[in-house]
Amino acid sequence: MALVDKLGAALDSSGGGIILTTVDSLADWARGKSLWSMPMGTACCAMELIAGSFSKFDFDRHGTFPRPDPRHVDVMIVAGTITRKMAPAVKRIYEQMAEPKWVIAMGNCAVSGGIFYYDSYSVIRGVDEILPVDVYIAGCPPRPESMQDAVFQLREKIATESIAPGKKREVEFSLPMPGAGVRGGDAE
Amino acid sequence: MKINELREHLCAQYPDLCPLFSIEFGDGVLLVECGQLLGAASDLRDLGFDRLGMVTAVDRGETFEMVYRLTSRSMSAGIFLKCEVPRDNPVIQSLTSLWPAANWHEREVYDMFGIEFEGHPDMRRILLPPEWEGYPLRKDYEDERIIHRPDYI
Repeated sequence: MALVDKLGAALDSSGGGIILTTVDSLADWARGKSLWSMPMGTACCAMELIAGSFSKFDFDRHGTFPRPDPRHVDVMIVAGTITRKMAPAVKRIYEQMAEPKWVIAMGNCAVSGGIFYYDSYSVIRGVDEILPVDVYIAGCPPRPESMQDAVFQLREKIATESIAPGKKREVEFSLPMPGAGVRGGDAE
Repeated sequence: MKINELREHLCAQYPDLCPLFSIEFGDGVLLVECGQLLGAASDLRDLGFDRLGMVTAVDRGETFEMVYRLTSRSMSAGIFLKCEVPRDNPVIQSLTSLWPAANWHEREVYDMFGIEFEGHPDMRRILLPPEWEGYPLRKDYEDERIIHRPDYI
């Protein structure tokens, strides 16, 4: 049951006056539902990223809203090839983002270097060489629907986080997600 | 000027190269000595090739082949101007005095092939970081960061 439904049920049963929840649930709900994004578009994947922001796909309805300022955003979407010359700039922009912050690697170039993996003198092989990536999206380029799926998966990952340092919350994932805390439900 | 007149003019100017110059069958190719390059380019510009669209180079082993692509709006014609630069002393005249457009193109050729342009106002790397070593589009370029593609792919 989603947190919003739980809140609704709690409001119904309590007559509308009192909500009981945990700070973690509330914080993760708020963080996950308004992931403002830094569109780090360096190549053709940026076209799909832009298409995703416009009315046909409309990321805004999920709270994912592009802001061209690292100090305003929660998630950096690295969409495109990162060259050795660009890498320090990407890293610096990431460092300018306020905590908590996440990174989505969009497209084959950002995941692994893509078609530039072999025989390239200038391309780094995946943005995870310089940044801690949370969600990878394969595709050359990925469809905007994949982007939306990545945002949903990131939301699930955020739900495992706690405001207490080093603590992980138990959450049921719709997909297996290695390294993202404890998997709950029947799978355990 | 008509294309036929242009051909006659160029054949008179560069008699050795006349067989190479085949503008009837599409774009002409004019291969000159590198010492003649600035003069030939200046000639072509006066003949109506007023636009420099591209500058690049090809690694031919012993030499580098410089390639300049000129087009003419009045004649609807294009021509490739080429010259061979020796690999051990890759220095050539800059065409920035004729076409300011040559500026960044020549910097890119310098960046990728290490060919230096005499008379260029700002001869430094344009795409790669300034501290980069080597010229990556040379055939003998080696870099320990490159992973070579295995044969089975």
